[in-house]
Amino acid sequence: MHWQSFSEFISMGGYGFYVWGSFGVTFLAMGLELWLVNKRRQRISQAVKQEAI
Amino acid sequence: METNTGTNRPRINWLKYASPKTFYPLAGKLIPWCAVSAAVLIAYGLYIGLLVAPTDFQQGEGYRIIFVHVPAAWFSMFLYLLMAMYAGLGLVLNARLSYMMATAIAPTGAMFTLIALVTGSLWGKPMWGAWWVWDARLTSELILLFLYIGYFSLQAAIDDKNRADKASAVLALVGAINVPIIYFSVKWWNTLHQGASVSLTQAPAMAAIMLKGMLIMAVGFWLYSIAVILMRVRCEILERDSKTAMIRQD
Repeated sequence: MHWQSFSEFISMGGYGFYVWGSFGVTFLAMGLELWLVNKRRQRISQAVKQEAI
Repeated sequence: METNTGTNRPRINWLKYASPKTFYPLAGKLIPWCAVSAAVLIAYGLYIGLLVAPTDFQQGEGYRIIFVHVPAAWFSMFLYLLMAMYAGLGLVLNARLSYMMATAIAPTGAMFTLIALVTGSLWGKPMWGAWWVWDARLTSELILLFLYIGYFSLQAAIDDKNRADKASAVLALVGAINVPIIYFSVKWWNTLHQGASVSLTQAPAMAAIMLKGMLIMAVGFWLYSIAVILMRVRCEILERDSKTAMIRQD
């Protein structure tokens, strides 16, 4: 483990905003993409079910 | 009837999977494996990148952005080439599944391009003192984003799916010239952007543990891309083909 304390980890040697911002943006975008694809799949299977009725 | 091929090996008919109908359930089986291994690798990559890797002697802790920035930038370029390859395959073979794959790859490629640009900006501000500079690497990466946007705008603009596929495939292929320009921009022009951290011909310009974290993250992003692209291509197949038959197979 590289860090001595939790606050040191959060501050990232003064680069906290940039480092956490980068990681945050990346995983937010990936999560959003997954959510959107999943919603699209649900929408299609809903339409298929209605077609079948 | 047995054809005389001269071998006794059982032959797998790979072309079978070129049909959307047989590819649909195969993709469905692959998705969970890719998704789970992506999650594990990304978690491991984050552990190395944020908790284990030491401070950089030049950039302090700020360099840790590399663990998301470089893999995202790699896949922004790699996915573009993959998309152009499928688009070209679609044009040559007139294979619908190839076009669907190209269509399914584009949004993920565009997302990684956007991530590379935003994280690059967040890295540029503390290191160069500017969110954005018009240098060769940044500008060509921005053009990549516009190419992706152009690709799906063109598809959306043409009502006839077949014509939309062909027109956008041509755009994807022509735009592929931009990828080597991005990659070699740091060599060809005098830019602010640092050179390659990893190259095939030279020893990596970074500590082994940093390299390990970055490569694990890259493999994780790759598996994530496969999972999400297969999810999307399944949607694409369902939307374009007769829907009920597919769902029943699943």
